Amino acid sequence: MTISHKEHNISDELATDMYYSMLRARRVDERLWLLNRSGKIPFVISCQGQEAAQVGAAFALDLTQDYIAPYYRDLGLVLQAGMSVKDIMLNAFAKGEDPNSGGRQMQAHWSHKQLRILSGSSPVTTQVVHAAGVALAGKMTQKNFYTFVTLGEGSSNQGDFHEGLNFIGVHQLPVITMVENNQYAISTPYDRQVASPTVAQRAGSYNMPGVVVDGTDPLAVYIEVKKARLSNKPALIEALCSRLTPHSSDDDHRVYRSSEELQSDKDKDGLHHYELYLRNEGLLTDARIEEMEAQLKVEINEATNYADQAPYASLEHNLRYVYAEEETS
Amino acid sequence: MRIISYIEAINEALTEEMRRDDNVFVLGEDVGKKGGVFRATDGLYAEFGEQRVLDTPLSESAIAGVAVGAAMYGMKPVAEMQFADFIMPAVNQIVSEAAKMRYRSNNDWSCPLVIRAPFGGGVHGGLYHSQSVEALFANQPGLKIVIPSNPADAKGLLKAAIRDPDPVLYFEHKKAYRLLKGEVPVDDYIVPIGKADIKRQGDDLTVITYGLMVEETLKVAQQLQEENGISTHVLDLRTIYPLDQQSIIEAAQHTGKVLLLTEDNKEGSIIGEVAAIIAEHCLFDLDAPIARLAAPDAPSMPYAQSLEKDFMVTADQIEEAIIKLAEF
Repeated sequence: MTISHKEHNISDELATDMYYSMLRARRVDERLWLLNRSGKIPFVISCQGQEAAQVGAAFALDLTQDYIAPYYRDLGLVLQAGMSVKDIMLNAFAKGEDPNSGGRQMQAHWSHKQLRILSGSSPVTTQVVHAAGVALAGKMTQKNFYTFVTLGEGSSNQGDFHEGLNFIGVHQLPVITMVENNQYAISTPYDRQVASPTVAQRAGSYNMPGVVVDGTDPLAVYIEVKKARLSNKPALIEALCSRLTPHSSDDDHRVYRSSEELQSDKDKDGLHHYELYLRNEGLLTDARIEEMEAQLKVEINEATNYADQAPYASLEHNLRYVYAEEETS
Repeated sequence: MRIISYIEAINEALTEEMRRDDNVFVLGEDVGKKGGVFRATDGLYAEFGEQRVLDTPLSESAIAGVAVGAAMYGMKPVAEMQFADFIMPAVNQIVSEAAKMRYRSNNDWSCPLVIRAPFGGGVHGGLYHSQSVEALFANQPGLKIVIPSNPADAKGLLKAAIRDPDPVLYFEHKKAYRLLKGEVPVDDYIVPIGKADIKRQGDDLTVITYGLMVEETLKVAQQLQEENGISTHVLDLRTIYPLDQQSIIEAAQHTGKVLLLTEDNKEGSIIGEVAAIIAEHCLFDLDAPIARLAAPDAPSMPYAQSLEKDFMVTADQIEEAIIKLAEF
């Protein structure tokens, strides 16, 4: 951690809030794994190792009006955007009350219209062109919001990444595209995915700035996203992170990653380093962290119990909403 | 009533809907200043300006995907694929995104967009300016697919598509653009999506078809009535997904003999599903096996005039098929 929050006019409170937000995402994510391994939920895909990037970005957005097109790892982002832990658990348990899809989509396919979180699918990077469309609509209706879209570095090889960023660049739409580069597309490492040394340098083709930022440092990401948001122009931000878990609960990354590499990634864990930074700044103490942990435990336990007990969507409901239904008065 | 062409009807529908609703906008390749390669969007740029008549990069997935995003926001985008043959890069956006948006978000989000695409052969377009691609999309719940067969339907179906709360694929036959002229009401109207239409009453046999084949069939039917006394009932599907099952069943029962007709390749085409509906619901009302007439199962369609003509379903073939069925 080389950035000082004070030098960037980030208040102590904001700096500490970011930590709590990261910790919250981590603890929720860890609970999801426990639930999966104990047979309670069928699937987990994780945010661990990427919380700093997600939370730093979320704090830099205007969440009262900005649109978000997240990808499946963005637990930290959607929590900060207003989804509750209960919502996350209802989603993981695939229960009827899940605001993302009512149990229709797999875990972590985020969606929440009221929070302006665009519904996402499993074919990756389709959301980049959606973000362009939302931003275009905002421009046409003379609104001032930004659209924030995220993806992994592997997905940046998809045609929609190019088509979307080119469209955004041609029309200079207010879209921030953040690539959360965790170095792996399932098992395939960066150097077998991307020909260029960085994803950010692809921005040069799209008439927008492209920056690489330390995605394990929430302050660094916050500063870059804030800067982009104030530019009134598009930007591509590549946040360098690591993936601390296998791709998903159905993967074993020990098959393709050495134990040394896994240890090294763990040593770089942004949550840990940010905690140390805040301790050095005198903003975190053992007592404060214990308080946070206790608070989160209550929140996560309550959410888990609620979701576990909640009913699945009724089967009568299963075939509804293929098309709009006639209004019944 | 005044007579206008199929493409004028499309242009009128776009113009009127854009005047009626500020959220309606058009995007696609060369739709702006040029007014479209077929001039379907002629005059829109002058009236509504660059923002609402948007020339996009040559980028079909972005055209569809940007339309998806804008529709999610609350706009009513009408995207143009320059040719139906070029829709392939956009299939992921149409099938994985637009079609599933409402269902996958449990009715939270929706995607009210229209994608217009000129399709069909007989214009010396070769393999990639001639195809019928509707069957590729016709098993995707969440999508609606309409194909008008005359100017009045072209206008009414496009207006209905633009006002529809869900994604609609609107395939317009490029050969019909200036070939077909007909009476079109001046007053505002829509042709409801999901309803087939009896285009000719008859008692001896039923032809079920759509698109430009409707016009071909009507001409043959008139001639056979006059020359052979064969009375042909013609049902125009108009919406080819989801199909109007009730109208199909009634039309089949009405004569007991059915010829299904498409200019698409035969295997896996729309009319196979129509045949299944008939077989499932009214097999015992039939007096003859269900007959099908379609293009051969070869990639559509050769460029050379002689080869193209050989490939297409012709009036002669339709006549022969009708007579054969009438005499069965």
